[in-house]
Amino acid sequence: MTGLIILLCIVMLAIVIIQIGKVTELTAQIRGEKDAQKESNEWNSKGLLIFGAVFLIFCVVSASYYRDDMLWYGVNESASVEGSSIDNLFNITLICTGIVFFITHILLFWFSYKYRGREGRTVLYMPHDNRLEMIWTAVPAVVLTFLVIAGLDTWNDVMADVKEGEDYIEIEANGMQFAWNLRYPGPDGKLGARDYKRITASNPFGQDFTDPKGLDDFYPDEIVLPVGKKVRVRITARDVLHNFYLPHFRTKMDAIPGIPTYWVFTPKITTEEYRQMLAKSDEWNEKMDPSDPESKTRAEMFNYELACAELCGKGHYSMRRVVRIVSQQEYEDWLKKQQSWYANNVHNKGGKVVINGKEESEDPFEGKVTPVDVVKDSTSTAVTVKKDSTAIAAPVKK
Amino acid sequence: MAYVTETGYNEEVLIKENGLNDHFHDHHHGDKFQSNFITTYIFSQDHKMIARQFLITGMFWAIIGAAMSIVFRLQLGFPEENMAWLRPILGKWITVDEAGMGRLAPEFYYALVTMHGTIIVFFVLTAGLSGTFSNLLIPLQLGARDMASGFLNMLSYWFFFLSSAVMLYSLFLSTGPFSGGWTAYPPLSALPQASTGSGTGMTLWLLSLTFFVVSVLLGGINYVTTVLNLRTKGMTLWRMPLTIWAFFLTAIIGILSFPVLVSGFFLLMFDRGLGTSFYLSEIFIGGKALENVGGSPILYQHLFWFLGHPEVYIIILPAMGLVSEVLSVHARKPIFGYKAMVMSMLAIGFLSFIVWAHHMFMSGVNPFISNFFVLFTLIIAVPSAVKVFNWIATLFGGNIRFNSPMLFAIGFVSLFISGGLTGIFLGNSAIDIPMHDTYFVVAHFHIVMGIAAFFGMFAGVYHWFPKMFGRFMNEMMGKIHFWGTIAGAYAIFWPMHYLGMAGVPRRYYRFDTFEAFKHFEDTNKFITVAAIIVFALQIVFVINFFYSIFNGKKVTDANPWGATTLEWTTPIEPGHGNWEGNLPAVERWPYDYGKNGREFIPQWEPLAAGEQDGGNH
Ligand code: HEM
Ligand SMILES: [Cu+2]
Ligand SMILES: [Cu+2]
Repeated sequence: MTGLIILLCIVMLAIVIIQIGKVTELTAQIRGEKDAQKESNEWNSKGLLIFGAVFLIFCVVSASYYRDDMLWYGVNESASVEGSSIDNLFNITLICTGIVFFITHILLFWFSYKYRGREGRTVLYMPHDNRLEMIWTAVPAVVLTFLVIAGLDTWNDVMADVKEGEDYIEIEANGMQFAWNLRYPGPDGKLGARDYKRITASNPFGQDFTDPKGLDDFYPDEIVLPVGKKVRVRITARDVLHNFYLPHFRTKMDAIPGIPTYWVFTPKITTEEYRQMLAKSDEWNEKMDPSDPESKTRAEMFNYELACAELCGKGHYSMRRVVRIVSQQEYEDWLKKQQSWYANNVHNKGGKVVINGKEESEDPFEGKVTPVDVVKDSTSTAVTVKKDSTAIAAPVKK
Repeated sequence: MAYVTETGYNEEVLIKENGLNDHFHDHHHGDKFQSNFITTYIFSQDHKMIARQFLITGMFWAIIGAAMSIVFRLQLGFPEENMAWLRPILGKWITVDEAGMGRLAPEFYYALVTMHGTIIVFFVLTAGLSGTFSNLLIPLQLGARDMASGFLNMLSYWFFFLSSAVMLYSLFLSTGPFSGGWTAYPPLSALPQASTGSGTGMTLWLLSLTFFVVSVLLGGINYVTTVLNLRTKGMTLWRMPLTIWAFFLTAIIGILSFPVLVSGFFLLMFDRGLGTSFYLSEIFIGGKALENVGGSPILYQHLFWFLGHPEVYIIILPAMGLVSEVLSVHARKPIFGYKAMVMSMLAIGFLSFIVWAHHMFMSGVNPFISNFFVLFTLIIAVPSAVKVFNWIATLFGGNIRFNSPMLFAIGFVSLFISGGLTGIFLGNSAIDIPMHDTYFVVAHFHIVMGIAAFFGMFAGVYHWFPKMFGRFMNEMMGKIHFWGTIAGAYAIFWPMHYLGMAGVPRRYYRFDTFEAFKHFEDTNKFITVAAIIVFALQIVFVINFFYSIFNGKKVTDANPWGATTLEWTTPIEPGHGNWEGNLPAVERWPYDYGKNGREFIPQWEPLAAGEQDGGNH
């Protein structure tokens, strides 16, 4: 029934529009085509002028309304060192293009108005003008050269991999439909080898536990990182493309099955500091639940987030993980609480896995190796691995 | 029309005396090509009829594609609203729970987004735009009886039709059409386990687009051949209207890039059907590890974007050509810098082949390689800027006649500026890091390509409607259409820049899963409402179009706009072969408006003694 009414409304509207069209056409004929055209010129050229003005004002007003979301302005500040240079470049580009945007639009709408059709206006016969054309080829060329140089400079800095001997934390983010698996290297600082064919429910990364580097790896459910320390994320995918996306850190890199990629960045603002910074913005000071004055503000509830930015299927929009940036001390405290995946989930559990047609034990040592016991040397950041003396073939070496 | 003054020439006499007698009418007594209903309206080999077929099929798809966008915009703007009322149309894709609450299934959201992109990019803005106007104008503006091969031309349309039919069929599959994005990246598109749409839906998608490429190639070869061989007497390359230059370059770009796309599709079909590993490696999906190793999904992206980037110029160049022509005719002034316009199109055409990896900055290619693609990409902005300045200079000192085609042409220039400038952000790889795959990209390409190309197409339809159907479109409806659409289009896409800057990713079914993205409910509602209004205004255009075919004001003057180009020397409703007697001969360039105190001097009027041809400088 409602469908019928809607249909009827549409038909009515169509008839009304056609009638308006018809009537204006008739009056135009009565008054003469020439006059009708003249009137159209007046109205529409003025219309363009007004539209142009409103449009340009709207651009400025909307930009200030959304200031907190714009890079470089407001509180959308980059939380990584590398990201800040990107925001700078963004702003430089915004200024250059903004100038061009305003000049060309003003000319476009002004000329449309100024040279609206008038009887007896003589037209300027100007098929070309070499000097003008030279200028407006050369000026963009110069500006763009500048932007290319500034851009590539930033790009090559941001994309630089870690150098030999540099101090950094390496972690792994592995995308699957529809979640991110996270892996930390454990006290030895090294991620263990993987083989996608070993993936099972109890071994989501398909780790090959004969690799001693992997015995202490642990799989947290959020990314925790110390502020000011370089991080290298190894980005991998299990099934289809995903994209490791940390909006606040300006990172984005595809996760590709079979081809590991990486991203290097240095967090520079802790979660707590970012919350305080956000609290400067009115918008972020709104309560989460406006009806409850006791509820926390948006800023207080803020968290950095990991998202997926490459369409990976129907759950693409839901691949969320929280990222926490903390002080070095908090980081170390957190590390202490983490436990090796192997020790807790694989060791002597009796699971089986089929590799190239052969059935193998998921725990390659079938319980014979005691889970590595990790002790941190209190005087240095180096770690030692103490292992049970009765273990046979325990391949754990520092 | 108002501005046509008595110019003192008589085209019939001129064509009789100076025209080219190609003995066309000696051989065609009675028209064996247009003798009955089927050969006239269905399997027609007449370029004008084929143009109309492309246009109307394109409009059909435009309505479908736009309606799809309204459905997924409803999801984004009003995710909590009950969508049960859509169930009669969308069937089981709307899931209704016990409380009667209807929701759009996520799979179907992605299917809609995918189909919207595919349909608009290929069926509407490639076939509907270039197919329509290349067919209509190449023979008419060059003074040719028809395309080089009317038969291939007919096949071109029917392959498009076949392609359309297959795609349309895929919409009704029980597993739904393909849903992995219009770019169809594997492994998602290669593995039926990865998504329901990647099964039969994807098979049909590939089949449909393969037919589509056949259509584009048949059409393109025809356009190129016609432009090179069938120009009338005196029509040198430097006397061709910019429309023809645009169609010509578009066709060449299409011929060079579409086969690469098909090769990419074939490898994908092999991976899907024959167990090869071109794009697949080390995949664990559906509880099983696949055997495929050694393939690279990045290879597909290279093959896709090697077409994909030229494709965006395949879409925009014809629009640029149409707009250049319309601006000049209605400003009553020569296009400014004709040669610079051609040269910049050539430069854009050439450069469009060496910038494809700017879509892949974040896809895992070596960051060093990106340096070159940044450089080439930003160089493209130079010829693009030249074109913009030249359009603006064309208005300077004119005597502008404001009607629907002119308004849309001016709107095009504004949109092209707005969207082109955001390209400069994205082309700089460093800025593309935060912007890639966010709403900033959505804003960029919808403004510069989507809306701008539609504006070019509207300008073309309003301007050449009299040639196509012998009647005018209604001006009042045209103006309602223009004013609503320009304001509405900016209202839809401008705010998306801010969403993108805030980091909101595209292709998200809902935003409330993330703290960072969920706070734009109002913006998203606003965008959705604007989209609905703009959609409604397009219905005004459709009504106007069909109403005017039958009831529009009749054209009485063969040259109603006072234009200089040859299509206006044909009879008001040209038959097969276009001209009744000799072909018109061309004596000068196509942009002599306002020269020597005359409102316009048509191309077929000989140069006066001592007069310089305007194009030669
Ligand atoms: C000034 C010239 C232009 C530059 C520098 C430029 C640059 C770019 C870049 C770098 C991207 C990739 C963004 C990303 O995915 O992160 C992009 C996307 C896109 N551009 Fe442009 N662009 C320009 C003009 C155009 C024009 C004229 C068109 C079409 C007529 C166009 C259509 C597109 C489309 C369709 C996409 C998105 C494809 C997708 O991912 O679905 N661009 N542009
Ligand atoms: Cu995803
Ligand atoms: Cu591109």
